[in-house]
Amino acid sequence: MNGRLVIEDLTVSYHRIPAVHHLDVQLASGSCVGLLGPNGAGKTTLLKALAGLLPIETGRVRFNGRVIADARLITYVPQREAVDWDFPITVRGLAEMGRYSVLGIWKPFGARDEAIVNQALQVAELDAFANRQIKALSGGQQQRAFLARAWAQEAEIYLLDEPFGGLDKNASTAFAEAIHRLRDSGKLLIVSHHNLADAAELFDHILILNGELVAFGPTEQTLTKGNIDRAYSTKIFSGRKQ
Amino acid sequence: MSWITEPFQYEFMRRALLACVLIGFTNGFLGAYVVLRRLALVADALSHSMLPGLALAAMLIGLNPGGLLLGGLFAAVFVALGGHLIASSSRVKDETAVAALYIFAFALGIALIKYARVKVSLDHFLFGNILGIADSDLLTSYLISVTTLLSLVALQRPLLLALFEASVARTQGIRVGLLLALLIVLIVLAMVSSLQAVGVLLSLGLLVLPAATIYLLSDSYAAMSWGGGIIGATSAVAGLQISFWANIPSGPAIIMVLGILFLAAYLFGPKYGIASRRLRKRHLHEESLKRWK
Repeated sequence: MNGRLVIEDLTVSYHRIPAVHHLDVQLASGSCVGLLGPNGAGKTTLLKALAGLLPIETGRVRFNGRVIADARLITYVPQREAVDWDFPITVRGLAEMGRYSVLGIWKPFGARDEAIVNQALQVAELDAFANRQIKALSGGQQQRAFLARAWAQEAEIYLLDEPFGGLDKNASTAFAEAIHRLRDSGKLLIVSHHNLADAAELFDHILILNGELVAFGPTEQTLTKGNIDRAYSTKIFSGRKQ
Repeated sequence: MSWITEPFQYEFMRRALLACVLIGFTNGFLGAYVVLRRLALVADALSHSMLPGLALAAMLIGLNPGGLLLGGLFAAVFVALGGHLIASSSRVKDETAVAALYIFAFALGIALIKYARVKVSLDHFLFGNILGIADSDLLTSYLISVTTLLSLVALQRPLLLALFEASVARTQGIRVGLLLALLIVLIVLAMVSSLQAVGVLLSLGLLVLPAATIYLLSDSYAAMSWGGGIIGATSAVAGLQISFWANIPSGPAIIMVLGILFLAAYLFGPKYGIASRRLRKRHLHEESLKRWK
């Protein structure tokens, strides 16, 4: 799908204190956007607000001109600590869960759903592990299992919160390949990330946030020393008097 | 095999058998959701906090099932909602708020029972008596079973999403809070239904033990609910038999059967049992040791 995510004047607050201020940015489908910024810069807040998990104080978010009320279009993959890994579910079961939002409560699982689930397992390179319980996977495979679910949901926008945290080099490479496959098939990925060293290899666009927008654009133009210094050296404006 | 059928020549035993199957299956099925949502302690609190409602109902309208049901439901929902209210509006956390309220309610219940118009024994509420089950109790259990099973089967997909990852479920438009509230109401209903059989104190066992047993044996959530139901029903019937032949009260007999199954799964479950894990051959380790030498 050729899509455009338009964020206009977006402010998100916790208890009336804004964490993300007046953000104006446009992101296109088929790109993998790295969301960078110091701790407390509002990266998770922004992802949660886009996912509809936090109320928006001002502004609006639209995808192809429509308010993103259709929750199916957007998928949020939470940080690993937020998941109960002992839950009695297999990788295939997890991917099948992605179909629930398409099928609703009653519609039975059909051949097309089966095909999409299989495709999702392939995209995430987990076909061989389909019947494993999710705890019996490595960290990188666990992350990819959630990508498989998002794919099965037929989402257009993927919000990933620090997916590379705790992954070793091989697992990171495999995960990067998986998200690049998603990008190449026309999805929009917004990925919060804290390691500046590998950001250039992972992302084609960079959004630097520090409470407000510091810089946004193609990686080579945006990931500059000047922008990084600006983001990491300034104090975060929290709305409180210091 | 006449020893299996012999107890059931008595009318009260046939009634008890039917009650065991109904109550055992429904509690076992619902238990999967209780275990997955980690609601066991909340369920325990709910079971205790039903006492003042039951006592109040016994005082005002006597000992009929409808009154008891309403009384129990009221008290339990009061503690569940009250606990939630206190936890969300003060710095006290959920489990403390619920514990504070339920133990207060339990004490109040014991005091109130002294004033019940009909002379009721505290023992009856605390431990139940499946052999004294009346037609009206059976009807109540039947209606509760049908309501519970139909709601859980119909709402399986959203419930699963909400239990696994509440935040993601919310992004998909699922009313997580509403589903949890429904779960609490279903727990209370199941407890009202098992009250007559095993009493306030043991009702938690019927709810939690079957699903906890399957949780140690299987990686499938569907197995947890259906398997929990089957284990619940068969254990209740087995416990009833044991109580007949060993001449012990039926409630403890049923819960002991379930407890033994749980411990057996903990020890000897093929995948997660601790004894099975110990006995497994350590071939990988040995192989790598050889390579090192």
